[in-house]
Amino acid sequence: MNPLYYQKRLSRNIGDKFFTSLSVICALIAILPLIFLVTYILIKGGSQITPELFTLEPNPPGDDLDAGGINPALIGTLIITTIASIIAIPVGVGGGIYLAEYSKSGAFSRFIRFGVNVLAGVPSIIAGVFIYALIVSTKILFGSMYSGLAGGMALSILMLPTVIKTTDEGLKLVPNELRYASLGVGASMYTTILKVTLPSAFRSIATGVVLGIARAAGETAPLIFTALFSYYYIVGIEDLFYEMGSLAVLIYNFALEPYDAQNKLAWAASFILVLSILSVNIFSRILAAFTEKTKRV
Amino acid sequence: MEEKLTLFKNRKRFGIEKNIDIIFKNTALVLSSFVAIILLGIILVVFFQSFESFSRYGLKFLVTSEWNPVKDEYGAFTAIYGTLVTSFLSLLITIPLGVGTAIFITEDFVPKVFREIIGSFVELLAAIPSVVLGLWAIFVMEPFFRTFFVFLHNFFGWIPLFSTEPTGRNSLLAILILVVMLLPIVTSIARDTLNQVPKKLRNAAYGIGASRWKTIFSVILPAALSGIMAGVLLALGRAMGETMAVTMIIGNSNAFSWSLLSPGYTISSMLANQFGEADGSQVSSLFYAAFVLMILSLVVNIFAQWLVKKFSLKY
Repeated sequence: MNPLYYQKRLSRNIGDKFFTSLSVICALIAILPLIFLVTYILIKGGSQITPELFTLEPNPPGDDLDAGGINPALIGTLIITTIASIIAIPVGVGGGIYLAEYSKSGAFSRFIRFGVNVLAGVPSIIAGVFIYALIVSTKILFGSMYSGLAGGMALSILMLPTVIKTTDEGLKLVPNELRYASLGVGASMYTTILKVTLPSAFRSIATGVVLGIARAAGETAPLIFTALFSYYYIVGIEDLFYEMGSLAVLIYNFALEPYDAQNKLAWAASFILVLSILSVNIFSRILAAFTEKTKRV
Repeated sequence: MEEKLTLFKNRKRFGIEKNIDIIFKNTALVLSSFVAIILLGIILVVFFQSFESFSRYGLKFLVTSEWNPVKDEYGAFTAIYGTLVTSFLSLLITIPLGVGTAIFITEDFVPKVFREIIGSFVELLAAIPSVVLGLWAIFVMEPFFRTFFVFLHNFFGWIPLFSTEPTGRNSLLAILILVVMLLPIVTSIARDTLNQVPKKLRNAAYGIGASRWKTIFSVILPAALSGIMAGVLLALGRAMGETMAVTMIIGNSNAFSWSLLSPGYTISSMLANQFGEADGSQVSSLFYAAFVLMILSLVVNIFAQWLVKKFSLKY
């Protein structure tokens, strides 16, 4: 046979085939859990969805007949993530502006960037422990112990590194010519940043921030001993200073209950949580791909 | 470039505008230093809260596994051992899987569209909250693997790792759910590094007659090694700190056992379980355990960053 033709039996070709199939198997194993997980949640959780789910309070475990709804947890998750965003977004965007616009590669910014990476690696439960020691056990917030406010603060610690990083990286991508042009026509630094650089980096920053919020919405560990859990409707502003339920903690608590009704509620809550997080992720991905395409043109 | 900017900054302006500019800059400075303040605050607060327990047990805390609130005796060996074992073993499974997937995505075995779909699928897996994974692990994974665990015990029971009768939740399930959580991290970082390896290297290897996998093993993987290592270390840090899914599936028992088929404990699951109800010196001991966890993950993270800086691709 002509040695220039491809020979199947050559040991190198057999080895290549072997490793290729191995990597195909790896990829299959890697996506299998997601497919199983998502279909299972969609089927199991989706079948529990009823209108009452969104309006009722959950019943305390023990009464196996009717678990009630998840209204307080749903509202609680919205409130807690909003509190976290209100704290983390201004601090993070402001910090990112300083890193990208003022102190580009100085010792200070190198130190802060290092700190951002380290903070991003701090286990989420440590954020809960920290807020517990700082706020819950000291009752520093007007004498209240476990509260939605404390939970929001714990989540904001987790969001902060993401927000700073995306702001920093988004601003770095803005071409310097824009800055020169703005400064050249006599604008001051803050006008340049607020009117020129921030708006042109807005979409990439917003995508990163939204992804950070979506991640925070599913975090449980920082909430289990800062916001704790509540079975009751959230009625007024004063409820911020009391225990507050959230979807994530509801899933955790009710998954460990021995009663079927509570377990079903946990599946329903997971359905809502996963569906909203995945749709935010997919949407921002499409948006990012779209932006890239328009930029190239 | 920098000089030009300073030139513009020093131009004369009206008083108010100048002041706003200075205020704006300093506000940004203060906001950016928040990161350092919070980081320092976390370390100091956790350290001082654990001081009581630290002065009482010293380093003995790390090697004794008595955890008895009634007798007021605390030692975190079981939890520390559990944290290390679950994170290292899960990583051991994740590395080949993740790197294999990353190679599949970066090579051209299938059209680009499919590869991109698989890539974003794996990344979506990272977005699923760990508490949902825990729920799934309890109700789907545990029954699914039960017969397999019984089989494992019957045939490999003589190995200490499989020496106990499997009864529901155990450390091995925690390891498996950690694999699901770590896969996206390792895969996406490995993929990014593999994509950064210059085309020239690959063409040169093909040019001298190397087969595809010879090229991958001898040229591309070594070039991407540091990036992959950094990704692995980040995943290790994540595995150590991972709380919810592990807490829900590991069984939460402080009785020490070599067996992976018996219920275990990790530091984070101990914190999640006991922090709400603890009082007295138990709180301090829990803070001590939290401090240990924090130091472990800090060391791993800082090492990962150092690795990235030191060995980042230079082509």
